[in-house]
Amino acid sequence: AAGMFLRLLSDIQWRAAHPKWRRMTSSQRSTSTTAEPHPVSLPAQAQVVICGGGIMGTSVAYHLSKMGWNDIVLLEQGRLAAGTTRFCAGIVSTARPVSIERKMAHYSNKLYQQLEQETGVQTGYMKTGSISLAQTQDRLISLKRIASSLNVMGIPCEIISPKKVVQLHPLINIHDLVGAMYVPEDALVSSANVSLALATAASRNGVQIHERTSVSHVTVQKGRVTGVETDRGRIQCEYFVNCAGQWAYELGHSGEEPVHIPLHACEHFYLLTHPLKEPLSSSLPTIVDPDGRIYIRNWQGGILSGGFEKNPKPLFTEGRNQLEIQNLQEDWDHFGPLLGALLRRMPGLEALQIMQLVNCPESFTPDMRCIMGESPTAQGYFVLAGMNSAGISYGGGAGKYLAEWMVNGYPSENVWPLDLKRFGTLQSSRTFLRHRVMEVMPLMCDLKVPRWDFQTGRQLRTSPLYDRLDAQGARWMEKHGFERVKYFVPPGKDLLDLDHSKTFYKPDWFDIVGSEVKCCKEAVSVIDMSSFTKFEISSTGDQALESLQYLFSNDLDVPVGHVVHTGMLNEKGGYENDCSIARLSKRSFFMISPTDQQVHCWAWLKKRLPDDSNLVMEDVTWKYTALNLIGPRAVDVLSELSYAPMTAEHFPSLFCKEMSVGYANGIRVMSITHTGEPGFVLYIPIEYALHVYNEVMNMGQKYGIRNAGYYALRSLRIEKFFAFWGQDLDAFTTPMECGREFQVKLEKGMQFLGQEALLEQKQNGVYKRFTMFILEDHDTDMDLWPWWGEPIFRNGRYVGKTTSSAYSYTLERHVCLGFVHHFDEKTGEELVVTTDFINQGEYEIDIAGQRFQAKAKLYPFSSLFTQRRRKDEVELSGYQRE
Amino acid sequence: FYLTPPQVNSILKANEYSFKVPEFDGKNVSSVLGFDSNQLPANAPIEDRRSAATCLQTRGMLLGVFDGHAGCACAQAVSERLFYYIAVSLLPHETLLEIENAVESGRALLPILQWHKHPNDYFSKEASKLYFNSLRTYWQELIDLNSGETTTDVREALINAFKRLDNDISLEAQVGDPNSFLNYLVLRVAFSGATACVAHVDGVDLHIANTGDSRAMLGVQEEDGSWSAVTLSYDHNAQNEHEVERVKMEHPKSEEKSLVKQDRLLGLLMPFRAFGDVKFKWSIELQKRVIEAGPDQLNDNEYTKFIPPNYHTPPYLTAEPEVIHHKLRPQDKFLVLATDGLWETMHRQDVARIVGEYLTGVHHQQPIAVGGYKVTLGQMHGLLTERRARISSVFEDQNAATHLIRHAVGNNEFGTVDHERLSKMLSLPEELARMYRDDITIIVVQFNSHVIGAYQNEE
Repeated sequence: AAGMFLRLLSDIQWRAAHPKWRRMTSSQRSTSTTAEPHPVSLPAQAQVVICGGGIMGTSVAYHLSKMGWNDIVLLEQGRLAAGTTRFCAGIVSTARPVSIERKMAHYSNKLYQQLEQETGVQTGYMKTGSISLAQTQDRLISLKRIASSLNVMGIPCEIISPKKVVQLHPLINIHDLVGAMYVPEDALVSSANVSLALATAASRNGVQIHERTSVSHVTVQKGRVTGVETDRGRIQCEYFVNCAGQWAYELGHSGEEPVHIPLHACEHFYLLTHPLKEPLSSSLPTIVDPDGRIYIRNWQGGILSGGFEKNPKPLFTEGRNQLEIQNLQEDWDHFGPLLGALLRRMPGLEALQIMQLVNCPESFTPDMRCIMGESPTAQGYFVLAGMNSAGISYGGGAGKYLAEWMVNGYPSENVWPLDLKRFGTLQSSRTFLRHRVMEVMPLMCDLKVPRWDFQTGRQLRTSPLYDRLDAQGARWMEKHGFERVKYFVPPGKDLLDLDHSKTFYKPDWFDIVGSEVKCCKEAVSVIDMSSFTKFEISSTGDQALESLQYLFSNDLDVPVGHVVHTGMLNEKGGYENDCSIARLSKRSFFMISPTDQQVHCWAWLKKRLPDDSNLVMEDVTWKYTALNLIGPRAVDVLSELSYAPMTAEHFPSLFCKEMSVGYANGIRVMSITHTGEPGFVLYIPIEYALHVYNEVMNMGQKYGIRNAGYYALRSLRIEKFFAFWGQDLDAFTTPMECGREFQVKLEKGMQFLGQEALLEQKQNGVYKRFTMFILEDHDTDMDLWPWWGEPIFRNGRYVGKTTSSAYSYTLERHVCLGFVHHFDEKTGEELVVTTDFINQGEYEIDIAGQRFQAKAKLYPFSSLFTQRRRKDEVELSGYQRE
Repeated sequence: FYLTPPQVNSILKANEYSFKVPEFDGKNVSSVLGFDSNQLPANAPIEDRRSAATCLQTRGMLLGVFDGHAGCACAQAVSERLFYYIAVSLLPHETLLEIENAVESGRALLPILQWHKHPNDYFSKEASKLYFNSLRTYWQELIDLNSGETTTDVREALINAFKRLDNDISLEAQVGDPNSFLNYLVLRVAFSGATACVAHVDGVDLHIANTGDSRAMLGVQEEDGSWSAVTLSYDHNAQNEHEVERVKMEHPKSEEKSLVKQDRLLGLLMPFRAFGDVKFKWSIELQKRVIEAGPDQLNDNEYTKFIPPNYHTPPYLTAEPEVIHHKLRPQDKFLVLATDGLWETMHRQDVARIVGEYLTGVHHQQPIAVGGYKVTLGQMHGLLTERRARISSVFEDQNAATHLIRHAVGNNEFGTVDHERLSKMLSLPEELARMYRDDITIIVVQFNSHVIGAYQNEE
């Protein structure tokens, strides 16, 4: 290791004497090193093996070693920081749309700033700031939303006028701008040097770094990582970290037990120029012009400018024979439109001389968010890859979270949006990835309005009713590959085309969803909810009950036929999953979870259920079609179809029974609707799906039945203050914090996971509280709509963020759900949040910089609803006649 | 009577086909980017054939054009069968054994070729069993002959495959087939003829095997950007002195005068080498015996019964190809394989220029590289804008072969496409078309200069 370290140092000194772009010297360097023998032989074993010496691998090594783990080997197939990291444009920016991404970038920025001092390695860190330009009002709104979020994180950020832009950057043509966002603390670095600095620090802490060593595959036994095979021999290890960048997919597939890491590389182009006559200052801010699809930073007196074109070129990466990425073809014709955008933005650069067009691969993922976490199938197999071209911004933070995850068992922030387990095998088809990344890369610059859907890689998982519903005007969205109905466009009515329907204001489906909601309230609607994850857990003896009693917080020892809403909590009492479990028999349970829990929940339970062949868990998601009958007349439809009384005395709520519907037998009927409205969910073996659907629709006709979609469902559940996992609930939220103590049985006679944490919270109080907000002075027709992630202000001070929102057609107001914290006014320390604290505040919700008054509620309006409905019924029946 | 430009286009594009080699996948980099091919019939039905396939058990790609005469039966058979013979000739011993064992035990066969076919390029279903049996006999002999030792000499493999297939065609016709349809088919194949010009590309190794008067030509881009042509085959016809010499050497001096008359072999046949054409290969006795035993259709056919004059010392014709090996260089941008229908109307130099300019214009295969030049952003922007404009306005063809046919048929004396002329040539009635032009079949193979450059650097 000492030899390695020396080599690293000499490397760095060598470069310091030649402070030129590293690429220019790569050929010299590789020829001078190919003859060099491997300095140290590989160790036979280590606690951790990291594959990949780019920014991700070195950052993970750095953070692990800081946290006290130092039996670590980092393997790099070529040379350190020689892949995408070397070609990275080096922009560190916190102006990101997703909260966890902003946090990672913020941390990275702070880390890189002090890295040179810590390691002695020059990182080229320069705090230049960044300016994101808006050519349209919609773009400005999206920037304002980001600005609101940055400000409450304590990151300075302001919305500025075009005039101010010119003052900050004299070369910019502002005639087509409506405004801009300025983030003064964004920075530039030399990404390769940051990576080398992290490697230097890590190797000082004992991390062994071996270059020109490639991992052929990872060995897994009994679901645990046991070691890696390299071209230089085997290393036994407990943990393996796949930071192989664009090669991560293939490396994941190389072992016997494949680890699916859905990412795919595209060519990414940027331009380097010679210095200007009067060289640009190295402190000039970076320009991001998303409407022109380009970014521009100062680079050695000239500029570096790249972008995200509309027609990306995906790459194949099979065969990891490119040790260092070299000369992918420059493609000027492909770069043409971006060059045009650059010259429109900075016309003064016409006479500037070109140095080079760099083509470097960037890895993209199916949902534009990076991939981190542990494999659902191989314990100890961790992944950090797929940075969607923001690797240097995320590098520090992502490495930190992953290191925490490995050392502590969980990271210090909610990283579910980035968790590998949000994907399954279904996202790892090469064809799917190629098609999806072609859509994702241009999206980097596209306007992201509320509730847009991916267009590629669709119609993968569908309900057997798909064609029937589609023919009736269904509009679809996709969750975990499953097509779900958003709403039904009535015959004769048409909506705007995709491009024109993008808005931050009232959407064109407003009235459509309104009438679906009305039908749920007054008659009966049917929603196909087949996408929900469904498991069956059964045993020969009491094993199932005993295990589940430990893994779930509510009491599952209920009479057969009862349905229990319960959280699946972690040690800290946080929600790993929120589900409904029906006791089918003494020894078998039927569990319904959110759609995107399919992989995570399965892995969580598999890891914790005893290894007992008499205890069987099966994923039956594909076996059942689920129809949700919502509304007061659902009971009539169902009793007519089944010739069985379905009223509350015969079929109380939270009840489950197998019965026949029409000709079909064995339909699992549950009296839940996931909305707080009366009704039933039918779990139908798929071969009966069409029959039962037809029967329900025929019989329902006289009760005014109609199809409805998820947007109606969402409006209903949000106005009823129903929290939804993945949106409102996460691993950092406990039942106590969202008013769900009633779903926890603290005294169920045995221990359960998270119990201690909950008991402590019960005693000491909670530090955040799930709260419902009714917007008061918000004009649905004229004002910007809330989405989620809006800052909440109490008495003018920031207390938290919203997690979901919807228009309530019943209240005729917008409802936002979110968490309220209590920060000490002087120290910022988190204090206990009491009911009084919630009730005694004046609240405002910040939507893209504009604040709206809001009324806070800790309990839903159920009683108020019923009164109101009676009063409304008169009016509504009159309305119907129109 | 006048064809509109869209009508002209639909005629020209009816048979066009393009294949792009699956993109750079890091492991199996191909020196071939892809190919365009097209055919324009003059005969009805067309007597030309084309084939393209990727070898799956060995490396490399096969492309070929086949010009039939006295019917299309022989060209059709050769287009279906020749690449299998070549592929088998190239296979290592153990793969042959594996395939034979699979057939023996009724297991699924390893796929040998991946064909790249236009929907109009058909394979005859009826003869597949017969063809397969002949092919199997061939590899069984290869297995017996060559136990363990494998030869990877492409030249030898190509020559063996050509000769063997021609031999099989001849044998099948002599043996006949109990099925009367097949019997007639094998006879038609043997009594008609076909030339073949086949390219085998594997990395930088390009082999051209040619039998007859089709031609292979390499398009080379000079340092100044201009285009030049390098011919990679010799025409086997009366214009080729060596070929005339060869024929004369193979026969007694007494026949010298009658061998080549009016630039034709025995005064009859234009190509001096060909598949099939047993009338120029079998003894007179054999020809008579086979025709008498054959079906009535054959007996009624004057052509087949007719014995060439001065027919003393057969065979006069061979299918043995001449093979030329060429090491590809980065400046070698494309290869044109075409039947004589093209070469009769266009000079190879023009072919090189037209295809070269087409490819650089449409596909930017000659990418702009800044290199050491001093280029400003503004200049580059102007250049790119101009390139885009040129592509969208000038080139209506998506296929280099189509583009070449458009020029071959429609060029006026100034070397530019004249729509009126094109329209006239394409609207000729069937019986007249053959007087003005021959069937044209073209394959344009594009090379990946970057891959070829990388190969070169390795060596």
